[in-house]
Parts: sequence; structure tokens; C-alpha cells
Amino acid sequence: MQQRVEFHARADRALHNPQIRSNFRYAMDGLIDKRKRSFPDLDELNRLRLRCAEIRVNALSKLPELLEQLEACCTKNGIQVHWAETVGEANRIVLDIMNRHNAKLLIKGKSMVSEEMELNHYLEQQGIECLESDLGEYILQLAGEPPSHIVAPAIHKSRQQVAQLFKEKFPDIPYSDDVDRLTRNARHILRRKFYEAPVGLSGVNFAVAETGTICLVENEGNGRMCTTIPPVHIAVTGIEKVVEKLSDIPPLLSILPRSATGQHITTYFNMITSPRKPGEKDGPDEVHLVLLDNGRSRIYEDQELIATLRCIRCGACMNHCPVYTRIGGHAYGTTIPGPIGSILEPQKAGLDRYGDLPTASTLCGACGEVCPVRIPIPALLNRLRFERVRQDHTGVTRGQGSQRDPWEARIWKGWSWMHANPAIYRLGIGLAAGLRWMLPKRLGAWTRVRSAPRLAAKSLHKLAREKGLDHE
Amino acid sequence: MSLRTGFPEQPARVYFFGTCLIDLLYPEAGLAGIQLIRREGVEVIFPQNQTCCGQPAWNSGYRDEARAVASAQMACFPRDYPIVVPSGSCAGMLRHHYPELFQGTPQHKASLAFSDRIFELTEFLVQVLKISLSDVGKPVKVALHVSCSARREMGVAGDHQALLRQLKNVELVEPRRREECCGFGGTFAVKHPEISAAMVEEKATELVATGADTLVSGDCGCLMNITGHLGYRKETLQGSHIASFLWERTNAAES
Ligand code: SF4
Repeated sequence: MQQRVEFHARADRALHNPQIRSNFRYAMDGLIDKRKRSFPDLDELNRLRLRCAEIRVNALSKLPELLEQLEACCTKNGIQVHWAETVGEANRIVLDIMNRHNAKLLIKGKSMVSEEMELNHYLEQQGIECLESDLGEYILQLAGEPPSHIVAPAIHKSRQQVAQLFKEKFPDIPYSDDVDRLTRNARHILRRKFYEAPVGLSGVNFAVAETGTICLVENEGNGRMCTTIPPVHIAVTGIEKVVEKLSDIPPLLSILPRSATGQHITTYFNMITSPRKPGEKDGPDEVHLVLLDNGRSRIYEDQELIATLRCIRCGACMNHCPVYTRIGGHAYGTTIPGPIGSILEPQKAGLDRYGDLPTASTLCGACGEVCPVRIPIPALLNRLRFERVRQDHTGVTRGQGSQRDPWEARIWKGWSWMHANPAIYRLGIGLAAGLRWMLPKRLGAWTRVRSAPRLAAKSLHKLAREKGLDHE
Repeated sequence: MSLRTGFPEQPARVYFFGTCLIDLLYPEAGLAGIQLIRREGVEVIFPQNQTCCGQPAWNSGYRDEARAVASAQMACFPRDYPIVVPSGSCAGMLRHHYPELFQGTPQHKASLAFSDRIFELTEFLVQVLKISLSDVGKPVKVALHVSCSARREMGVAGDHQALLRQLKNVELVEPRRREECCGFGGTFAVKHPEISAAMVEEKATELVATGADTLVSGDCGCLMNITGHLGYRKETLQGSHIASFLWERTNAAES
């Protein structure tokens, strides 16, 4: 129950923070609108969603084989592949590479998997400096905060809040809340570091099995810098990011940025297939690919839940989620927030830890409607609601049954008995209607912001009986 | 989950599934729905053994408990008539989730046949009965709130609009962010009351901002949530189920 208290406490704090509320509302309205305008043709959108879902379903259906193929192709091309079952293993792999090169500075492009690994924290304990080069991530590193959105990590901050932060951290630079100026300042600070850092790290958007190609989508050019300037490049990814063929990339690339930010194409798209070859002018001497499992292969075991792994991390589900819009990303307490976080994170870490998250949804369906790879998020939320209270201890989800509250279970048993026995039900509603004057005016949390509903004097059952509508 | 592609001819007889919320709180909406159908010359049967579609337990993860209730419902509608449901949410449960609920049980096939007979009320009025309405009411401005299940699961937002647009004295408006959930979500409102409150507050504000006299919705869950909050705020905007509203506007004789 610890988690419940924490989630509610964090959500309440966010709800009562007008700045958080307005920052998210403003940003999400903008993102929803941009996405909508980038898909003027709904038939095209639906065809593309079908195609992209198919690509991801296909890849997941042969995940073990594709991962082996990916490893073989990467190795052939000179990319060193590492397997990590846990985040601990992944962190050690990165540390070993750093140590081998005697590297004390790691420059990072945006990577949610490195957040999942808490890599910065780990390396800093080993005396290694990590520097985020994505503007949003850089802002958060200055502020000492985790991301609140997977595409726009600092979206919870307004321009003025960022300007204030820069003023505190860099008193020598004149204050400005002009976005271009802030960006210029950050770029100026970061640029030097790119040349100093012996190792660069990036995430991966897609890894192509048939060619051993790492694909990276980004807007700031920092991703390209991280993967080309330092002599060593480490890419970290979850094992689910693999696709079968190079021809799978164009449809995915066509839907991802539009779903995320409404852009038809990102400013940069990087395809990395090998370290620098003799005679090439740039590129790192060494490229490493770290493939992280961390609970993913357990999700893979379940025929329905495997759909969770289709995700291409566009963020559209959170942008459209009315709950996320109200409470923001930090309230979830997970690396990935929002609807996808609410299905992914409890499966990875266990329902005993994040058992509340699947309930933090009205099941309105907005997420599933926009998901570019058609993950049936509401159905999976429902499934996890089942997993969190089921008792039979079958299935693969970690922490199943952990949220079963004996009182709640008894209430549902009683509810079920009453509604499966029509005579009891009719008796019940008859009594309730007869005694409705006795019903309380206050009904817990419901009436804190609502007047109490009034029971009707006669039920529809009774009205229908009176009108003789009950015979065949 | 797919939306319907074709519709049957007008049947002689239909079943009516009233839903538990209508039964307890809005019976006049159920009756209005029945009367709208009967006026088109279709006989309506309301089986007395129906109770609730089972959605609350289904959405709370209590699948055995939901299945017991669902089984009892399927037994209430033995003949092959269409089943009309005055709620997008309950219709969505009966139509899309029963087959999931009975997956892997001996009743799975029966649940598929059952779910195929489910029609949301406005869908049935527009697509099957091809109803034509004549407005006898005074000019009024109406704000429509389409529930998330009516919009996304059942795909009947257009049918809601089409019905209201037939009424010549009704000015139809929709609030800003009309596609956003009102924050009800069944047990969500109980488990996460603060988030639910934040959602209904904003929804109510947008609805009031339309300047409408009446809020119309096809789902009593949303109505109970939104009008409950409007009442708490002492707003003048009144809520009405779309069936009650249509019946009142088009029925000169009785009321
Ligand atoms: S679940 Fe779908 S919508 Fe959400 S981030 Fe993943 S791909 Fe995007």
C-alpha cells in the first residue's frame, strides 16, 4: 500500500499546483493540435497505423531470432554487442567501456533507457561525469529532476522557469526568457564538451535486424554529435526496439514524428551501421550496442500483454491522456509516465510496486485511439486490473494478486451475487427507492465537488411493469 | 473491436436493456427511449430479469464476478431480437467486452452472437429506424457531451449529432475539447476522486462557457458526474439524457 499513498500524494500535489496544471494543459493542447494538423487525411493515418502495427507485431513475433540476426549483422559490421539482463548489468557494461578508455566524461543524447538504468547516478558514484546534451534533459540535469515526458522531458517547466534556472546556475550570463537566446546559451556551454568527451551515449529508436543498423530520431543535432564526435559511441536500447527489415523504417519514420510533435520529419535522422571505416572523415572508432532486457522478456511471454512492447515511444498517448494532463509525468513515479507507463512499468517492476497505476485511468480510450502502433492500451489496463487482484497465481505478471484487498473483494462478491439474482436485485432497488428519503446527502469523496445523485421514486423496472412491457 | 459496417432492416420487435444507472436514477430516460422506439411502430420488450451489464466489476478486475452477472444478462434475452441500450458505455460492454469476458469459456460462442445484437439507442434510431423527428419545442441552445464509449467504442457521436440536428428549434453547440473525458470512469471516480474532480471541473467550465441552456448526453454516468458538479456550483445549466430530451421535444400529446 506504500505505493498507493505515494501515487495519491504526488498526484494531489500536482493537482494543487497551478503552475504544473497550466504548463501541462498548455503544452498538451499544443501537441494535440499539432498532431491533428499533421494527419489531415484520416484514411491515410489509419492505413499507416495498420501498417506500423503490423511491422511491430511481426518483429515481436520473431523477437529472439531477430535479436540474434541483429547481433550477427552488427558484429560483422564492427559494432560490439552486449547483452544485459538487468539494469545493474547494463550499467556495469557502460562503466567497463568507460574504464577501458580511462574516460571521465560521458556526453549523452536523449535516452529513456539510460533513465531506466539511472545511469547518470551510477556513473557519478564511480567518479564519472555525465552531461546531458539534449536541451530538455540538460535543463533537468541543472534542476536535478527526472523527465516528466518521454519526448519533451522538461515540458513541466515554463519558459520563465527555465530562464530563472539558468540565471541561478549561470549568474554571469545575462537573464533572458527568450527561447532562442536560452537555446543559444545552452549550445554555447555544451559545444565545448562535445570535443572534450571521450565517450558519447545515445538511445535507439529502431534497430534493423537485417542490416545491423541503429536508427536515431532527433531534432537538435546533439544526437549526431554524440554519435560522431567522441571516439567511442555507446548506444543503449531495450530488446524490443528491433525491426526485421530496412524497408520497415520508412512507414515508422513517417508516423513517429507526426504522432509525437506533429512534425513530418525530424530535423535529424541518423542511421549508424558501423564505426568509422578507413578513409572516412568522421565517426567514432568504436561503437557498442547494449541490449537491455529488464523484465521485457517476461512481458513477451504473454500473448496479450506482449502488445505493450510494440511501443515506439512517441508520447502521443500521454499527450492525449486527460489524467496525465492533470497530474503531469512526475506523479507516476516511474521512468515512463502516462498510459504507456501505466501498463509498462507495473509489468517491469511488478504490480506490488506500481499496482495503482493501472487504476489511474478512466479508460476513456483516447490513448488507444492515437497510438501509432495500435496498442490497445485500455484493454491492457483492464487486463492489469485483473492481474492485480487475481488469486489463481497463473500467468507471468510479477506481483499479481498483490493489490487484492479482502474487503473490496467481498464487496464485489456481494455486488455480483445481487446482480446475478434478479429477484434480489428488484427487491434491493425497490427498498432503495422506498427509503430514498433516508439516503445520505454526502457520499464520501463524490459529494466533495458534486451534489448527491437522487434516486428515482420508481425504477425503470417498475415503470416497464406498469406499462406492460415485460412480456414476450 | 470493430465498428458495425451494415445495419439490419427495421425489426418488428426489440429488447430494451435499461442499464442500472437509468433504473435507479434516470428511469424517465429509459422510458423515453422505449417510447421513441415504439412510436416508430416497433414493439419493445423490457425483460424484468435484467440488472446490470457487469461493467463495474469487469473494469475493476473482478472478472469472475463480472462473468456471473453477464451470464445472467444473456439469459434474459433469449430470442433473436436486437437489444437496444440507452448508453454508449453499457452498450460498449455488452457489444465489445462480453466476448472478451467469455473468452475460453463454453459461453464464448453465445457471447459473440449476443454481442452482435447490441445497438446503442441513438445508433438504432438513426441507422436502423431511420427516424425522422419534428420539433415541437421552444428555441433552445443545447450543448452535447458525447461519452468516451459512445464516441470511441461505439462510434455513435455522429448519430447523437444527427438526431439533435433534426430538431429545428435546437441550436446545437459542442464545448471546447469536446473529445476529452468528463472524469467519471466508474470506479475511477471513487479510487481517484481528486483527479476525477479536476477533470469534471474543467469539463463543466467548458460546457457552461458554451452558453447553452441544456446539456445533453447519451450516458447517465457522464450526466450524473457533470450535473452533480454543476449542481454543486449552482450553475443554471441543466442536464438531460438524449432520450428524454428527444422525447420531450417531439411529443406534443403526452409528456
Ligand atoms: S504506447 Fe503508443 S502512443 Fe504511447 S508512446 Fe508508445 S507508441 Fe506512442
